[in-house]
Amino acid sequence: MDTPVLKKKLGLKERYAAMTRGLHWDTTYQPMDKVFPYDKYEGIKIHDWDKWEDPFRLTMDAYWKYQGEKEKKLYAVIDAFAQNNGQLGVTDARYINALKVFLTGVTPLEYNAHRLFAHVGRQFTGTGARVACQMQSIDELRHYQTETHALSHYNKYFNGMHSPKHMNDRVWYLSVPKSYFEDACTSGPFEFLTAVSFSFEYLLTNLLFVPFMSGAAHNGDMSTVTFGFSAQSDESRHMTLGIECLKFMLEQDPDNVPIVQGWIDKWFWRGYRLLSIVAMMQDYMLPKRVMSWREGWEMYIEQNGESLFRDLARYGIRKPKGWVQACEGKNHISHQTYAVFYSYGAAAAFHTWVPEEEEMAWLSEKYPETFEKYYLPRWNYWREQAKNGNRFYQKTLPMLCQTCQIPMIFTEPGDATKIAYRESDYQGDKYHFCSDHCKEIFDNEPEKYVQAWLPVHQIYQGNCFKPGVDPTKEGFDPLLAVFDYYNFKVGRDNLDFEGSEDQKNFAAWRGDSVQGAKK
Amino acid sequence: MSVVALKPYAFPAKDVRENFPAPLLFIGWEDHLMFGTPVALPLPPDTPFGALGTAVLPGTYGYHPDFAKIDWTKVEWFKSGKPWKPDPAKSLADNGLKHKDVIRFRTPGLSGINGSCN
Repeated sequence: MDTPVLKKKLGLKERYAAMTRGLHWDTTYQPMDKVFPYDKYEGIKIHDWDKWEDPFRLTMDAYWKYQGEKEKKLYAVIDAFAQNNGQLGVTDARYINALKVFLTGVTPLEYNAHRLFAHVGRQFTGTGARVACQMQSIDELRHYQTETHALSHYNKYFNGMHSPKHMNDRVWYLSVPKSYFEDACTSGPFEFLTAVSFSFEYLLTNLLFVPFMSGAAHNGDMSTVTFGFSAQSDESRHMTLGIECLKFMLEQDPDNVPIVQGWIDKWFWRGYRLLSIVAMMQDYMLPKRVMSWREGWEMYIEQNGESLFRDLARYGIRKPKGWVQACEGKNHISHQTYAVFYSYGAAAAFHTWVPEEEEMAWLSEKYPETFEKYYLPRWNYWREQAKNGNRFYQKTLPMLCQTCQIPMIFTEPGDATKIAYRESDYQGDKYHFCSDHCKEIFDNEPEKYVQAWLPVHQIYQGNCFKPGVDPTKEGFDPLLAVFDYYNFKVGRDNLDFEGSEDQKNFAAWRGDSVQGAKK
Repeated sequence: MSVVALKPYAFPAKDVRENFPAPLLFIGWEDHLMFGTPVALPLPPDTPFGALGTAVLPGTYGYHPDFAKIDWTKVEWFKSGKPWKPDPAKSLADNGLKHKDVIRFRTPGLSGINGSCN
């Protein structure tokens, strides 16, 4: 009997090549440029896609196996958390409001990222980049699901967590993250990777991830912590994609350098503005603090970022234009952002509150040059007024920056007593900005940003009511109609934490007095 | 500069005057950062400018203890950041205010809680 000749199994390296690069073919029935129409129009010149280093070094079958095992573990923890009433173990019901911000502001971005990486993963002619984007696309979809599952347990017990996707598409402050992503997805594929993979995932992501995940750990939220651990290995791959893509573009052709520099300038600033909400969460919304926004900024941006841009200098890349202003902002933006949410606390689907005495002391200690001088006086006044039943609620809608869509809360560089106003004229209309950098982003592509869906303007145009609502009817309350359109449960989701249903329920479940629940 | 695109790129601006029932006016009160952001208000162009202090702004800024103390004859106005002297008897339109203009006012002697610009 003849011994059958077994075909030799592919070695690891060959197998990897076959399952990634080997999947590519050049089209013959149609020209490549027609099949890949977005690959060149941004002006990025690629001479040799084979120089692309795969950042993930994974084949799809290995990916499924590895992620499947990881997720089994994650869901075991989430189940245990639910069965043990883990929600009662958090430090304080105020903490849940950080989760509400995350669920409505960040989680839907994961879904958008999934869509966008799937789109981009179709557009490159280079297989390495295509495979990397497709894997990240699946990562983002998994994160969207696992975050939703990890947080859905809280939705059973706390208000404001019932419609994250609906809210993300409509609510005024959520237009900030939403528009950031829509700006990226309406760019070409190379700009998209510079925006999301490099500027966000590589440069800024620690500022988002660390405060939320360490914040969760410090505040007894094991469900979110476990999600964080599960996502961490994915995030490090995403960072690798970000830096690989950037270096690849810079190495392929010197003409790419000024284009990429322009994108870094733009997306560093867009990302920095987007993180204002994280800054406020970190400094004001965690009952047990991890580190201040300023400390995080110094560690992850000033130190790590400085060395990154020293490294990139050999390609002719310098630090982003807004660097100095962003570094100055480390002393201000958390205070400015939280204060405006406190003011508009009737119009948010999470609770705000006056910081307690010891929290103010912490802020003074962490922000010795700015907190007492610029921000404490308003808190002292607001606290007095709230005690007398006159809690501040601003009812007039804010003026927004045309680019970042954040209310015009940011102050002049060098003078924190003056709001920064910038404007441009375009096609007979005025456009307003919070900063030189948001103005410059607009001025570079005005045709794009004149289409911005600014929530305040949409409300005034009458576009934020549910279908069938008649604004001419007697007794029509436009603000209540807007909240209805947002799916807010007025009186439960919004207003101050003091006196909220969340506060009362949490105290009752834990058997604390309402006073005790805050400790 | 303009958008780099594969095809002609032309889309309508979202916030042209015709889309609003009344022109938008942006207003900020200097040295009062308790109101951490200027506000946006749709105001009919025939609104007398003087009505801002008496009818429009009390609902927006009345919470601040300085507001009741404002002497509107002494208020300094700025339009797009430049000093500007509106006529309170004339309408917003006759004072030259157009859709999405931004005006600010300073109230000399009143600069927030204990002079802290809050």
